[in-house]
Amino acid sequence: MELRFTDEERAFRQEVRDFLAAECPDATRQHMIAGKSPTKEMVVEWQRKLNKRGWAAPEWPKDHGGPGWTPAQKYIFREELQMWPAPSPLGFNINMCGPVIIEFGTPEQKARFLPRMLNLDDWWCQGFSEPGAGSDLAGLKTRAVRDGDHWVINGQKTWTTLAQHADWIFVLARTDPAAKKQEGISFFLVDMKTPGITVRPIVTIEGGHEVNEVFFDDVKVPLDHLVGQENKGWDCAKFLLGNERFGQARVGASRERIRRLKIIARETMDGDRPLIEDPEFRRQMTEMEIELKALEMTVMRVIANETKRAGTGKPDPATSVLKIKGTEIQQGVSELLMKAAGPYAWVDGDPDAEGTNEWDVAPDWAFGLAGVYFNWRKQSIYGGSNEIQRNIMAKAFLGL
Amino acid sequence: MDFDLNESQGMLQDSVRKLLSDKYGFENRKAYLASETGWSRDLWAQYADLGLLGLPFDEEDGGFGGGGEEVMIVAEQMGRHITLEPWLSTVVLGGGFLRHGAAADLRADMVAGVAGGGVLLAFAQQERQSRYDLHDVATTAKKDGASWVITGRKGMVLHGDTADHFIVTARISGNRRDKGGIGVFLVPAKAEGVAVRGFRQVDGSRAAEVEFSDARAEHALGTPEDGLALVDKVVDEAIAALAAEAIGAMDVVHAMTLDYMKTRQQFGKPIGSFQALQHKAADMLVAIEQSRSMAYFATMAARDPDAAERRRNMHAVKAQIGRSQRLVGQEAIQLHGGIAMTMEYAAGHYFKRLTVNEASFGDTDFHLRSLSDLGGLVQAA
Ligand SMILES: Cc1cc2nc3c(=O)[nH]c(=O)nc-3n(C[C@H](O)[C@H](O)[C@H](O)COP(=O)(O)OP(=O)(O)OC[C@H]3O[C@@H](n4cnc5c(N)ncnc54)[C@H](O)[C@@H]3O)c2cc1C
Repeated sequence: MELRFTDEERAFRQEVRDFLAAECPDATRQHMIAGKSPTKEMVVEWQRKLNKRGWAAPEWPKDHGGPGWTPAQKYIFREELQMWPAPSPLGFNINMCGPVIIEFGTPEQKARFLPRMLNLDDWWCQGFSEPGAGSDLAGLKTRAVRDGDHWVINGQKTWTTLAQHADWIFVLARTDPAAKKQEGISFFLVDMKTPGITVRPIVTIEGGHEVNEVFFDDVKVPLDHLVGQENKGWDCAKFLLGNERFGQARVGASRERIRRLKIIARETMDGDRPLIEDPEFRRQMTEMEIELKALEMTVMRVIANETKRAGTGKPDPATSVLKIKGTEIQQGVSELLMKAAGPYAWVDGDPDAEGTNEWDVAPDWAFGLAGVYFNWRKQSIYGGSNEIQRNIMAKAFLGL
Repeated sequence: MDFDLNESQGMLQDSVRKLLSDKYGFENRKAYLASETGWSRDLWAQYADLGLLGLPFDEEDGGFGGGGEEVMIVAEQMGRHITLEPWLSTVVLGGGFLRHGAAADLRADMVAGVAGGGVLLAFAQQERQSRYDLHDVATTAKKDGASWVITGRKGMVLHGDTADHFIVTARISGNRRDKGGIGVFLVPAKAEGVAVRGFRQVDGSRAAEVEFSDARAEHALGTPEDGLALVDKVVDEAIAALAAEAIGAMDVVHAMTLDYMKTRQQFGKPIGSFQALQHKAADMLVAIEQSRSMAYFATMAARDPDAAERRRNMHAVKAQIGRSQRLVGQEAIQLHGGIAMTMEYAAGHYFKRLTVNEASFGDTDFHLRSLSDLGGLVQAA
């Protein structure tokens, strides 16, 4: 046991910081400090800079374009990006579909898709959930039928995040309706430009457009766009979902938000003293910081364990702990930010929209904080809801 | 104590319930929200017909002589439909200032207009720096002959964009955070020197920023220099109404959640069959029942002649209901899953309204702190 960062790791952290200082556009950084999600252009521009530096896919193996980092380096890198804040490498490409192709794909698929994923020449989106298949993902009904030299997909996906930006979608579809639920599913790569695909926006409660319905109407997909074995798509899905859970700890992002919260609480008057001097507010904030520290150490333990688990193809059940705690902290901090703003958080508008409070009615920084709080309720729902994570733990850890 | 409605209260409840069930479905509400005013003038006229706009005023002033119980009955029904009309602003807040602070002739003048639906009022209190402190007032009032000249800027003025008159807190003397020296004034929206910029709040309600630049007020309400006592009293009545509104909204979003749990199937069964979710739904009910009790308590407490006692009790009400509505709102979304995250589904709108209600006139932390600073509810000896 050696419970501290080595000199090399500290030097690496500095290297990442220097890179961020030199390369991350200030407009992107300021946009994100204001609590807005980065725009498509910001994400693409940044991903390409990362790719140029060889840092586009921290977790990928070296022979597929990864940087060959140690677990600690991967962690440090992600944390520094989130704290800056700068956009993370696009999750759909780098943490979802890419690893599936690396793990299960053919050499041709790897050669064709991976480099374009790294450089964000293709923006991917995740076509898993359906109206009738949320938590019970394996209950999905979208059908793929083989017809000569291609597959034909029919059905509907929903909640597809940022499908409006996407060039490609990875889709779970049923290829053997006679088999048991999990056993008749396959994993497909589908070009969003294929005739028969329709994307319809869903507006979320704060007024933003980040999710969509995606309809498939006789969509033709070449045979070699199936990943892994036919009817074994569930293996890909499980593998992917484990990675997704891991990504939701977002320790650096929460630390960045708490830092922001502290600045706000210092500058906001609550009566005749700054809000940060209110013992109750400070206590709530401190509680978040403590939980976050514990989460940070848990993340490191899981990362360290990763090396041992490598090759088993199975996600660490501890990722459920990260998902539950990570989202609880993020939601808690978003609530504190809204509370700090008080009534001034109530001016309506899409929190991601450019522009801030139009008038003097409320400070600029307060704009959108209620919206973000509303929107972040999603975190305990998606990526396997927090109830489902508890079910997973009960089964995998508790022997219940 | 009698928790049952008497005959006329029962009739009042039935009539409001019937009107809102007919005219305030989720789709209706969307249309009102999208209209130019952001609420329905047509319904406003019907509220007037039902007597809801003259409800709390004395009969001799042209009102219906309703008390806190009647206000509670109506507010709860409005909460059930998360209505958008300026009832709280005009009738509860505005009406409260008229009832408790206006001289007889002014009252006679205004009440008929309010009760008939022709006059809308808004309470212009919040300032950029004031947060939840009602006594934090930078806006100034200077006496000029028989009238007053008001200068300052108010934000988050609920329904300020359609108001005919503003009820404005302004400082006559002392420093920004002094409890004395505050006056309450009636300023016509059309008066010279009044500029109004309307916007929508996250819960769908309309609000405005209002700037007074040497605007003239002909009427002071209550005792000039000691306006805070009046403000506290009226705000406490509004807190009681907000409490009842919260109960209505919580009841509905809870029922909606239970319905959904019975119909939504995952893993081949209704999600309501999962015990983890049953417990959460039961916890929501516990919170709602405790809140319902507190809403009754609020109605009793708001009329306490002992102002200090009244304030203490209202802090308790606000803190308890605040916590409950946060829990109920959050769990309603969680138990639904993704569907409740969409604008097209009603639950999210209830959640947003509950969130704003929680922090109206002070959030949970503010009231908890205020009450504990005052020594809590139970005396040691
Ligand atoms: C903003 C947002 C973005 C999303 N992005 C994507 C995306 O890009 N791609 C994609 O494929 N999907 C996406 N999703 C979908 C997400 O994964 C699902 O919402 C999630 O799986 C939950 O499914 P559901 O919404 O149908 O809820 P349901 O599964 O119907 O769940 C409703 C409630 O029941 C609970 N529940 C269900 N089963 C059990 C059980 N066995 N035990 C205890 N409780 C249970 C749930 O926890 C929840 O509280 C997104 C969702 C949201 C809200």
